[in-house]
Amino acid sequence: MKIGVVTFPGSLDDGDARRAAGLAGAEAVQLWHADADLKGVDAVVLPGGFSYGDYLRCGAIARFSPVMEKIIDAANGGLPVLGICNGFQVLCEAHLLPGALLRNSHLHFRNRDQKLKVENTSTAWTSGYTEGQEIVIPVKNGEGCYQADEHTLDALEAEGRVVMRYLDGNPNGSQRDIAGIRNEAGNVVGLMPHPEHATEALTGPFGGGVDGLVMFTSVLASLGVKA
Amino acid sequence: MARVVVDVMLKPEILDPQGQAVANALPRLGVTEVASVRIGKRIELEFTGEPDLEKAREIADKLLANTVIESFDVRVEK
Repeated sequence: MKIGVVTFPGSLDDGDARRAAGLAGAEAVQLWHADADLKGVDAVVLPGGFSYGDYLRCGAIARFSPVMEKIIDAANGGLPVLGICNGFQVLCEAHLLPGALLRNSHLHFRNRDQKLKVENTSTAWTSGYTEGQEIVIPVKNGEGCYQADEHTLDALEAEGRVVMRYLDGNPNGSQRDIAGIRNEAGNVVGLMPHPEHATEALTGPFGGGVDGLVMFTSVLASLGVKA
Repeated sequence: MARVVVDVMLKPEILDPQGQAVANALPRLGVTEVASVRIGKRIELEFTGEPDLEKAREIADKLLANTVIESFDVRVEK
Protein backbone atom coordinates (compact mmCIF):
# COMPACT_ATOMS: atom_id res chain seq x y z
CA MET A 1 0.00 0.00 0.00
CA LYS A 2 1.27 3.44 -0.88
CA ILE A 3 0.81 6.51 1.28
CA GLY A 4 1.59 9.74 -0.56
CA VAL A 5 2.95 12.70 1.41
CA VAL A 6 2.72 16.11 -0.25
CA THR A 7 5.64 18.52 0.00
CA PHE A 8 4.62 22.18 -0.37
CA PRO A 9 7.32 24.85 -0.51
CA GLY A 10 7.75 25.39 3.22
CA SER A 11 6.65 21.93 4.43
CA LEU A 12 8.94 20.72 7.20
CA ASP A 13 7.25 17.62 8.56
CA ASP A 14 6.93 15.79 5.27
CA GLY A 15 10.04 13.68 6.01
CA ASP A 16 8.66 12.65 9.40
CA ALA A 17 5.28 11.82 7.84
CA ARG A 18 6.94 9.62 5.21
CA ARG A 19 8.96 7.93 7.95
CA ALA A 20 5.78 7.32 9.97
CA ALA A 21 4.10 5.78 6.92
CA GLY A 22 7.09 3.49 6.50
CA LEU A 23 7.10 2.47 10.17
CA ALA A 24 3.43 1.56 9.86
CA GLY A 25 4.29 -0.77 6.99
CA ALA A 26 3.33 1.35 3.98
CA GLU A 27 5.42 2.45 1.05
CA ALA A 28 5.85 6.22 1.41
CA VAL A 29 5.58 8.17 -1.84
CA GLN A 30 6.77 11.75 -2.11
CA LEU A 31 4.31 14.04 -3.91
CA TRP A 32 5.34 17.54 -4.99
CA HIS A 33 2.78 20.35 -4.78
CA ALA A 34 3.11 21.00 -8.52
CA ASP A 35 2.50 17.36 -9.47
CA ALA A 36 -0.67 16.90 -11.44
CA ASP A 37 -1.03 13.22 -10.61
CA LEU A 38 -1.13 11.19 -7.44
CA LYS A 39 1.23 8.41 -8.58
CA GLY A 40 -1.29 5.70 -7.74
CA VAL A 41 -1.22 6.24 -3.97
CA ASP A 42 -3.86 4.62 -1.75
CA ALA A 43 -3.95 7.44 0.82
CA VAL A 44 -2.54 10.95 1.18
CA VAL A 45 -1.03 12.91 4.05
CA LEU A 46 -0.84 16.70 3.93
CA PRO A 47 1.96 17.37 6.41
CA GLY A 48 2.59 20.22 8.80
CA GLY A 49 4.94 23.11 8.58
CA PHE A 50 3.78 26.00 6.40
CA SER A 51 2.87 26.13 2.73
CA TYR A 52 4.10 28.94 0.47
CA GLY A 53 4.76 30.76 3.73
CA ASP A 54 0.98 31.01 4.21
CA TYR A 55 1.18 34.63 3.11
CA LEU A 56 -2.52 35.32 2.78
CA ARG A 57 -4.04 32.88 5.29
CA CYS A 58 -2.67 29.51 6.31
CA GLY A 59 -3.31 27.09 3.46
CA ALA A 60 -5.23 29.58 1.30
CA ILE A 61 -2.79 29.60 -1.60
CA ALA A 62 -1.60 26.00 -1.21
CA ARG A 63 -5.20 24.91 -1.71
CA PHE A 64 -4.92 25.96 -5.38
CA SER A 65 -1.77 23.94 -6.12
CA PRO A 66 -2.10 21.37 -8.94
CA VAL A 67 -1.76 18.38 -6.61
CA MET A 68 -4.59 19.72 -4.41
CA GLU A 69 -7.00 19.82 -7.35
CA LYS A 70 -6.38 16.07 -7.76
CA ILE A 71 -6.61 15.42 -4.03
CA ILE A 72 -9.92 17.27 -3.71
CA ASP A 73 -11.44 15.11 -6.47
CA ALA A 74 -9.96 11.91 -5.02
CA ALA A 75 -11.06 12.77 -1.47
CA ASN A 76 -14.60 13.36 -2.68
CA GLY A 77 -14.34 9.90 -4.26
CA GLY A 78 -13.33 8.29 -0.95
CA LEU A 79 -9.50 8.45 -0.90
CA PRO A 80 -8.28 8.57 2.73
CA VAL A 81 -6.68 11.99 3.36
CA LEU A 82 -5.09 13.14 6.61
CA GLY A 83 -4.19 16.81 7.11
CA ILE A 84 -1.82 17.48 9.99
CA CYS A 85 -1.49 21.02 11.34
CA ASN A 86 -0.85 23.08 8.19
CA GLY A 87 -2.43 20.18 6.30
CA PHE A 88 -5.57 20.66 8.46
CA GLN A 89 -5.58 24.33 7.47
CA VAL A 90 -5.24 23.39 3.78
CA LEU A 91 -8.20 20.95 4.09
CA CYS A 92 -10.39 23.68 5.62
CA GLU A 93 -9.39 26.17 2.91
CA ALA A 94 -10.17 23.49 0.29
CA HIS A 95 -13.64 23.08 1.89
CA LEU A 96 -13.02 19.38 2.43
CA LEU A 97 -13.56 20.12 6.12
CA PRO A 98 -15.76 22.84 7.65
CA GLY A 99 -14.56 25.75 9.77
CA ALA A 100 -11.24 27.56 9.87
CA LEU A 101 -8.07 27.74 11.92
CA LEU A 102 -7.10 31.09 13.36
CA ARG A 103 -4.20 32.52 15.28
CA ASN A 104 -3.96 31.04 18.78
CA SER A 105 -6.21 33.03 21.11
CA HIS A 106 -3.27 33.87 23.42
CA LEU A 107 -1.14 34.88 20.38
CA HIS A 108 1.75 32.62 21.43
CA PHE A 109 3.24 29.71 19.53
CA ARG A 110 2.58 26.61 21.62
CA ASN A 111 4.65 23.43 21.59
CA ARG A 112 4.28 20.65 24.13
CA ASP A 113 3.26 17.04 24.59
CA GLN A 114 -0.53 17.18 24.50
CA LYS A 115 -3.00 14.79 26.04
CA LEU A 116 -5.94 14.05 23.75
CA LYS A 117 -9.16 12.10 24.00
CA VAL A 118 -10.10 10.01 20.99
CA GLU A 119 -13.76 10.84 20.38
CA ASN A 120 -14.46 9.03 17.14
CA THR A 121 -13.02 5.83 15.74
CA SER A 122 -15.19 5.50 12.63
CA THR A 123 -12.65 7.14 10.33
CA ALA A 124 -10.01 5.68 8.05
CA TRP A 125 -7.35 7.22 10.31
CA THR A 126 -8.62 6.46 13.83
CA SER A 127 -10.15 2.98 13.60
CA GLY A 128 -7.23 1.48 15.54
CA TYR A 129 -7.99 3.46 18.70
CA THR A 130 -10.77 2.75 21.16
CA GLU A 131 -13.42 5.39 21.74
CA GLY A 132 -12.58 7.48 24.80
CA GLN A 133 -8.92 6.41 24.72
CA GLU A 134 -6.49 8.99 26.10
CA ILE A 135 -3.32 9.45 24.08
CA VAL A 136 -0.37 11.84 24.02
CA ILE A 137 0.73 13.50 20.79
CA PRO A 138 2.94 16.60 20.43
CA VAL A 139 1.30 19.86 19.48
CA LYS A 140 3.22 22.78 17.92
CA ASN A 141 1.32 25.59 16.27
CA GLY A 142 0.78 29.32 16.07
CA GLU A 143 -2.55 29.19 14.25
CA GLY A 144 -4.36 26.18 15.64
CA CYS A 145 -7.45 27.82 17.06
CA TYR A 146 -10.37 25.96 15.47
CA GLN A 147 -13.40 28.16 14.76
CA ALA A 148 -16.77 27.49 13.18
CA ASP A 149 -20.22 28.94 13.70
CA GLU A 150 -22.41 27.45 16.43
CA HIS A 151 -24.60 25.64 13.93
CA THR A 152 -21.58 23.89 12.36
CA LEU A 153 -20.15 23.01 15.78
CA ASP A 154 -23.48 21.54 16.90
CA ALA A 155 -23.69 19.51 13.69
CA LEU A 156 -20.12 18.22 14.11
CA GLU A 157 -20.94 17.11 17.65
CA ALA A 158 -24.29 15.58 16.73
CA GLU A 159 -22.79 13.60 13.84
CA GLY A 160 -19.79 12.37 15.85
CA ARG A 161 -17.41 14.25 13.62
CA VAL A 162 -15.18 15.59 16.38
CA VAL A 163 -12.35 13.08 16.12
CA MET A 164 -10.11 14.24 18.97
CA ARG A 165 -10.37 16.76 21.78
CA TYR A 166 -7.70 18.41 23.94
CA LEU A 167 -7.44 17.19 27.51
CA ASP A 168 -5.69 18.89 30.45
CA GLY A 169 -5.65 22.32 28.87
CA ASN A 170 -6.46 23.73 25.46
CA PRO A 171 -3.22 24.84 23.78
CA ASN A 172 -4.68 27.35 21.32
CA GLY A 173 -8.20 28.38 22.36
CA SER A 174 -9.97 26.21 19.80
CA GLN A 175 -13.74 26.06 20.23
CA ARG A 176 -15.06 23.21 22.35
CA ASP A 177 -11.46 21.95 22.79
CA ILE A 178 -11.56 20.51 19.26
CA ALA A 179 -8.20 19.08 18.14
CA GLY A 180 -9.40 17.23 15.04
CA ILE A 181 -12.49 16.66 12.90
CA ARG A 182 -13.58 14.43 10.05
CA ASN A 183 -15.74 14.79 6.97
CA GLU A 184 -19.13 13.10 6.71
CA ALA A 185 -17.74 9.99 5.01
CA GLY A 186 -14.88 9.61 7.50
CA ASN A 187 -12.11 9.35 4.89
CA VAL A 188 -10.88 12.93 5.41
CA VAL A 189 -9.46 13.86 8.81
CA GLY A 190 -7.82 17.10 9.95
CA LEU A 191 -5.78 17.10 13.15
CA MET A 192 -3.82 19.96 14.72
CA PRO A 193 -1.38 17.87 16.83
CA HIS A 194 1.36 15.89 15.07
CA PRO A 195 0.92 12.08 15.14
CA GLU A 196 4.01 11.67 12.92
CA HIS A 197 6.12 12.89 15.86
CA ALA A 198 4.79 10.13 18.12
CA THR A 199 5.77 7.01 16.22
CA GLU A 200 8.99 5.84 17.91
CA ALA A 201 9.71 5.29 21.62
CA LEU A 202 13.06 7.10 21.47
CA THR A 203 11.75 10.38 20.04
CA GLY A 204 8.06 10.24 20.97
CA PRO A 205 6.55 12.16 23.89
CA PHE A 206 6.71 11.07 27.53
CA GLY A 207 3.65 9.14 28.58
CA GLY A 208 2.69 8.21 25.03
CA GLY A 209 5.64 7.41 22.85
CA VAL A 210 4.07 5.77 19.84
CA ASP A 211 0.41 6.80 20.14
CA GLY A 212 0.57 8.59 16.79
CA LEU A 213 1.59 5.50 14.84
CA VAL A 214 -1.94 4.12 15.24
CA MET A 215 -3.24 6.74 12.78
CA PHE A 216 -1.00 5.31 10.09
CA THR A 217 -1.70 1.66 10.90
CA SER A 218 -5.43 2.51 11.01
CA VAL A 219 -5.43 3.72 7.43
CA LEU A 220 -3.61 0.58 6.28
CA ALA A 221 -6.22 -1.52 8.09
CA SER A 222 -9.00 0.48 6.42
CA LEU A 223 -7.37 -0.32 3.08
CA GLY A 224 -7.41 -4.00 3.93
CA VAL A 225 -3.81 -4.49 5.11
CA LYS A 226 -3.53 -6.77 8.12
CA ALA A 227 -1.30 -5.48 10.92
CA MET B 1 -4.44 51.71 -14.17
CA ALA B 2 -7.60 51.39 -12.14
CA ARG B 3 -7.48 50.41 -8.53
CA VAL B 4 -10.05 48.25 -6.77
CA VAL B 5 -9.78 48.06 -3.01
CA VAL B 6 -10.86 44.95 -1.14
CA ASP B 7 -11.31 45.24 2.62
CA VAL B 8 -11.31 41.95 4.47
CA MET B 9 -12.49 41.84 8.09
CA LEU B 10 -13.03 38.99 10.52
CA LYS B 11 -16.76 38.54 11.12
CA PRO B 12 -17.89 40.23 14.34
CA GLU B 13 -18.50 36.96 16.16
CA ILE B 14 -14.97 35.67 15.44
CA LEU B 15 -12.38 36.33 18.12
CA ASP B 16 -9.64 38.72 16.93
CA PRO B 17 -6.67 38.14 19.26
CA GLN B 18 -4.51 40.60 17.31
CA GLY B 19 -7.06 43.38 17.77
CA GLN B 20 -7.49 42.45 21.39
CA ALA B 21 -3.74 42.63 22.00
CA VAL B 22 -3.66 46.12 20.50
CA ALA B 23 -6.69 47.17 22.56
CA ASN B 24 -4.93 45.94 25.69
CA ALA B 25 -1.87 48.05 24.82
CA LEU B 26 -3.80 51.30 24.38
CA PRO B 27 -4.07 52.20 28.08
CA ARG B 28 -0.26 52.10 28.19
CA LEU B 29 -0.33 54.98 25.68
CA GLY B 30 -2.72 56.79 27.94
CA VAL B 31 -5.68 56.05 25.66
CA THR B 32 -8.75 55.02 27.62
CA GLU B 33 -11.60 56.04 25.32
CA VAL B 34 -11.24 53.16 22.77
CA ALA B 35 -13.51 50.28 23.71
CA SER B 36 -12.37 47.71 21.15
CA VAL B 37 -10.04 47.18 18.19
CA ARG B 38 -10.58 44.92 15.18
CA ILE B 39 -7.81 44.35 12.64
CA GLY B 40 -8.44 43.47 9.01
CA LYS B 41 -6.66 43.57 5.66
CA ARG B 42 -6.77 46.10 2.84
CA ILE B 43 -5.91 44.58 -0.52
CA GLU B 44 -5.38 46.71 -3.65
CA LEU B 45 -6.00 45.21 -7.07
CA GLU B 46 -4.61 47.19 -10.01
CA PHE B 47 -6.55 46.38 -13.18
CA THR B 48 -4.82 46.99 -16.50
CA GLY B 49 -8.00 48.39 -18.09
CA GLU B 50 -11.35 49.35 -16.65
CA PRO B 51 -11.84 48.28 -13.02
CA ASP B 52 -13.95 45.13 -12.97
CA LEU B 53 -15.89 45.03 -9.70
CA GLU B 54 -17.52 41.72 -10.52
CA LYS B 55 -14.14 40.11 -11.17
CA ALA B 56 -12.75 41.66 -7.99
CA ARG B 57 -15.68 40.27 -6.01
CA GLU B 58 -15.04 36.81 -7.44
CA ILE B 59 -11.32 37.02 -6.55
CA ALA B 60 -12.21 38.14 -3.04
CA ASP B 61 -14.75 35.37 -2.59
CA LYS B 62 -12.49 32.60 -3.92
CA LEU B 63 -9.11 33.63 -2.56
CA LEU B 64 -8.72 36.88 -0.66
CA ALA B 65 -11.28 36.16 2.05
CA ASN B 66 -12.30 32.96 3.78
CA THR B 67 -16.02 33.60 4.01
CA VAL B 68 -16.34 31.07 6.83
CA ILE B 69 -14.68 33.56 9.16
CA GLU B 70 -14.30 36.78 7.17
CA SER B 71 -16.47 39.27 5.36
CA PHE B 72 -15.27 41.53 2.55
CA ASP B 73 -16.14 44.78 0.87
CA VAL B 74 -15.11 45.75 -2.67
CA ARG B 75 -14.92 49.29 -4.10
CA VAL B 76 -13.27 51.27 -6.88
CA GLU B 77 -10.85 53.80 -5.52
CA LYS B 78 -11.38 57.22 -7.03
